[in-house]
Amino acid sequence: MPEPQSRRPDDNGGAIAATGAGGGMDLATSEGGTLEQRPGEPGGGTGGGAGGEATGRPRSLWSDAWRDLRRNPVFVLSGLVIVFLVIISIWPSLITSGNPLSCDLARAQDGSRPGHPFGFNGQGCDVYTRTVYGARTSVVVGVLASLGVAVVGSVLGGLAGFFGGFWDAILSRITDIFFGIPVVLGGLVLLSVVTSSTVWPVIGFMVLLGWPQISRIARGSVITVKQNDFVQAARALGASNPRMMLRHILPNAVAPVIVVATIALGTFIALEATLSYLGVGLKPPTVSWGIDISDASPYIRNSPHMLLWPAGALAITVLAFIMLGDAVRDALDPKLR
Amino acid sequence: MRGAAHAGRVACAVAVVLAASGCGGASDVIGGPNGVVRSSWGDPQNPLEPANTNEVQGGKVLDMVFRGLKRYNPKTGKAENALAEKIDTADSTHFTVTVKDGWTFSDGEKVTAKSFVDAWNYGANVDNNQKNAYFFQYIDGYDKVHPESGQPTARALSGLKVTGPRTFTVTLSQRFSTWPDTLGYAAFAPLPRAFYDHHADWLAKPVGNGPYTVENYTKGSQMSLRTWKGYPGADRPRNGGVDLVVYTDNNTAYTDLVAGNLDLVDDVPASQLKNVRSDLSGRYINSPAGIIQTLAFPYYDKEWNTPDAAKVRTGLSMAINRKQITDTIFRKTRTPATDWTSPVLGADGGYLAGLCGRACDYDAAAAKQLIQRGGGIPHGRLTITYNADTGSHKEWVDAVCNSINNALGNDKACVGGPVGTFADFRNRIGQRKLTGPFRAGWQMDYPLIQNFLQPLYYTNASSNDGKWSDPRFDRLINEANADPDTKSAIRTFQRAEGVVRDRMAAIPLWYQNGSAGYSDRVSHVALNPFSVPVYNEIRVS
Amino acid sequence: MGRYVIRRLLQMIPVFIGATLLIFLMVNVMGDPIAGLCGERQCDPATEARLRQEFGLDQPVWQQYLTYMGHVFSGDFGTAFNGQKVIDLMASAFPVTIRLTIVAIVFEIIIGIIFGVITGLRRGRPVDTSVLLLTLVVIAVPTFVTGLLAQLVFGVNWQLIRPSVSPAAPFDELILPGLVLASVSLAYVTRLTRTSIAENARSDYVRTAVAKGLPRHRVITRHLLRNSLIPVVTFIGTDIGALMGGAIVTERIFNIHGVGFQLYQGILRQNTQTVVGFVTVLVIVFLVANLLVDLLYAVLDPRIRYA
Repeated sequence: MPEPQSRRPDDNGGAIAATGAGGGMDLATSEGGTLEQRPGEPGGGTGGGAGGEATGRPRSLWSDAWRDLRRNPVFVLSGLVIVFLVIISIWPSLITSGNPLSCDLARAQDGSRPGHPFGFNGQGCDVYTRTVYGARTSVVVGVLASLGVAVVGSVLGGLAGFFGGFWDAILSRITDIFFGIPVVLGGLVLLSVVTSSTVWPVIGFMVLLGWPQISRIARGSVITVKQNDFVQAARALGASNPRMMLRHILPNAVAPVIVVATIALGTFIALEATLSYLGVGLKPPTVSWGIDISDASPYIRNSPHMLLWPAGALAITVLAFIMLGDAVRDALDPKLR
Repeated sequence: MRGAAHAGRVACAVAVVLAASGCGGASDVIGGPNGVVRSSWGDPQNPLEPANTNEVQGGKVLDMVFRGLKRYNPKTGKAENALAEKIDTADSTHFTVTVKDGWTFSDGEKVTAKSFVDAWNYGANVDNNQKNAYFFQYIDGYDKVHPESGQPTARALSGLKVTGPRTFTVTLSQRFSTWPDTLGYAAFAPLPRAFYDHHADWLAKPVGNGPYTVENYTKGSQMSLRTWKGYPGADRPRNGGVDLVVYTDNNTAYTDLVAGNLDLVDDVPASQLKNVRSDLSGRYINSPAGIIQTLAFPYYDKEWNTPDAAKVRTGLSMAINRKQITDTIFRKTRTPATDWTSPVLGADGGYLAGLCGRACDYDAAAAKQLIQRGGGIPHGRLTITYNADTGSHKEWVDAVCNSINNALGNDKACVGGPVGTFADFRNRIGQRKLTGPFRAGWQMDYPLIQNFLQPLYYTNASSNDGKWSDPRFDRLINEANADPDTKSAIRTFQRAEGVVRDRMAAIPLWYQNGSAGYSDRVSHVALNPFSVPVYNEIRVS
Repeated sequence: MGRYVIRRLLQMIPVFIGATLLIFLMVNVMGDPIAGLCGERQCDPATEARLRQEFGLDQPVWQQYLTYMGHVFSGDFGTAFNGQKVIDLMASAFPVTIRLTIVAIVFEIIIGIIFGVITGLRRGRPVDTSVLLLTLVVIAVPTFVTGLLAQLVFGVNWQLIRPSVSPAAPFDELILPGLVLASVSLAYVTRLTRTSIAENARSDYVRTAVAKGLPRHRVITRHLLRNSLIPVVTFIGTDIGALMGGAIVTERIFNIHGVGFQLYQGILRQNTQTVVGFVTVLVIVFLVANLLVDLLYAVLDPRIRYA
């Protein structure tokens, strides 16, 4: 995706959190943004992170959010798209009988014909089959990269926010260092030496340069939660650090991370395509939208169909994840109700 | 097209108002003998010193700024005297060179025998880091100025002696009958005193003795060359100059050509070939060049260095449908190869169509059988390594793999193995890390059959990347080099080429053409056998 | 305030060292650049050794880094493999990229904020929904696809603009590339402004201002906008560094000879000196922009005081 991508904080509090990284100064009031927790609601803390099972408990943040989401058409629509994508990622043969690697140069760049609705690409492979099979790679890259970023980012950011002081300063500086390296540039440098045709180097790179974004948000969020009464109360009652972190802080601070990670998921999928365009993305025989889009991009003038189908599939997928993240954020943000 | 050119002019007018520097081409959009050709370029990889430039983009500039003893005829590729009045030899080892009178550098200095000898000594000396130093390796004393390791023990080549203002003698360390024909290469150009005395200034604005002078050089962006009014040669430019504009992506350059912002693109990307004729209404050239693309193999890998592996290689060669790939992917800007040289040599020069025989014909069934008889593909899967950063290699590698896969009936038998950068690609080759075939493109330095064979297949030769070695081949090459009779030498070279075929040392793929498109502002555009535009012939209307 | 700035400047030092070291190591991971310099052949060992020596590649990495940084602090950014001084490349590349960044930022400010204000004040209306959807589409399509499409449609099919930018890169030729480069940020600015405006529109001070009987445009410009723009301004501030370093794709598509172009060339040729030199400057720009944003933040929001 978009070149300066991981620099993008989340719309709401993210931007503020991102700039507040200057150090442990008196910006704490603004960090963590608008995702305020409801005051005096320690009950929400016992519910764990999973939204769905919390419905039994009255008026927890998560159950409210879930109730909102179910009624939100944007959420339902993007959710359906994502479910469909996941299904065809697991069983692509459900909707296509073709083989994405079977190509016949005699059909190169041909338009659509019966049995091959999207036509053929420059190598004479069926564009429809490749578009269907490409979903798997994109979903795997997106999900694993954002999972990795969320875990690394929230652990590091959370620790920095929780302990503050020296460790915060060190971790914040490290975050700044990684922020200072433009993402596409890092990709060009690091991935140009890779010859493996698996998805792992690409995912690893995304986690390596993507975690600071989540880290800053997690840090801000933890700082906000830490100041809540119920955390102070738990500390006064003698709760240990690990217990406080896991039982009280994590469940309450995780919401912004989930939101940003969902939106980042879409951007990772798009980033994979950009890396392919620059010649350092995934490699055959892996089938991916990024590879197909970048292969087709020089042919945009004479055979636009080769570009439009995989690019359209990619855009819809990214859109679905961003809209999902958007809907989740709206549901979790009481101010916007 | 006309509308586009007009719009461009309006935009430039606005630009002049907005920024003092204005629009590069705007003031030059004039026709006639003073018109300037706007041509696409790539950022040169090395400093623009003659003995340090080994790729086409830098070579383009040197070809305009310098003239050497010989010049390759832009049409036939034959080496013809340029600054050389005569080059005499009796024994193919001792040569006497006489330089023509009346030539000067564009800064006024006379071109003398010393201009050549000093330049060659500079190029050969290891202290000067010149990457083409090996061009002087046949001259006596090269091992003293360019030892394999350690400090040089001499500053000048002992084989070079200035004997008069316009004469010098050359002694080679071995017999090399066609040596004078190599002198058209840029590395042998003469250099003015300014090159040594004010080196940094010279690099910023090279001064030579060629038909053009460098007027302006914005590093990494644009070079403006203008016709040198005092040029004494016969090949005086028919235009006022050339503006070379750097493009990172040749698709963009082509788009600019179609939009009328550029006059000449000398590398039309394969992806645009489908529409090139309608875009440019015929202003398109597709002419043979001295470039052959092959697949080389790693002979340091044991599994490839067996007698049976030769069968596998021949089988792979027969599994590649060259005609379909050159027709579809390259739209006939490549010609299926049937030997290991190039058609630009001509039959007299050693090109022998059909030397490869059946081994280069597509025959899926025979291919499958041969590969099985040879014990199958070594390591189970064929990975064709190539560099992904330049030259859209991915398209043809994928097509070659698909062709092999279809022939073998296994959709994962062959895959492309892109390497991010050219430097890394060369590293993997140099460190002998590869276990499968890799892209090997060869652009001739000079149009001799020797140049297509010796550097690539002779034991431990500089471009023998696969480390192929065959004593029979080496013996034939030595024999041919020592033969004073050109005709029989060429026959011996062709016998050596037969050894390459029998062992399928490398799979020949196709001969590469030069392909260029040009705007309606210019005419008389042609490419020489090195696929470089013949700039001095271009007329601007 | 003074002490705060000094503290921030001191904090920049480790970040600066860390970032340059990181990029230095990354470029080193790419391997040996010498092999690529001799074309399709092996460099002869003697020349190779000389070149290695000339570029300092025969030293251990940490020593290379120290030498390099030593040179940088004395103003010498080294020489690229093709003999061009990196400082010369910077002198020709940075003005171009700065112009491109200015165009992009202007687009972000004008279009982004106007759209954001309109949608923020019309939450839930059709105009809000459609703009919101549009921003999502812009975010979802990779920049290189947007750029190629824009180039094709405006430059080739309709011939409204030059499909590429001339070496001089005047402002007018940078309009479309600037828009493409800004597009994603533009979408974010719109959404950010929208959220911020919508939030503040219901705040007490706006209600008070309305109750006082102030005219609507005055409420919007003096009260609502000023407070809502704080997060937007900070976002745009941090975006400057990102735009300058992130234009690799845009500069490639439109053949702009700026920072992204030089970085791309530098990486392809594994030219440590060029890549590290440019990134060093970008890191400084990024750090300074961050500092300025934080200071601006205090100016815009009187509640924040730095000590």
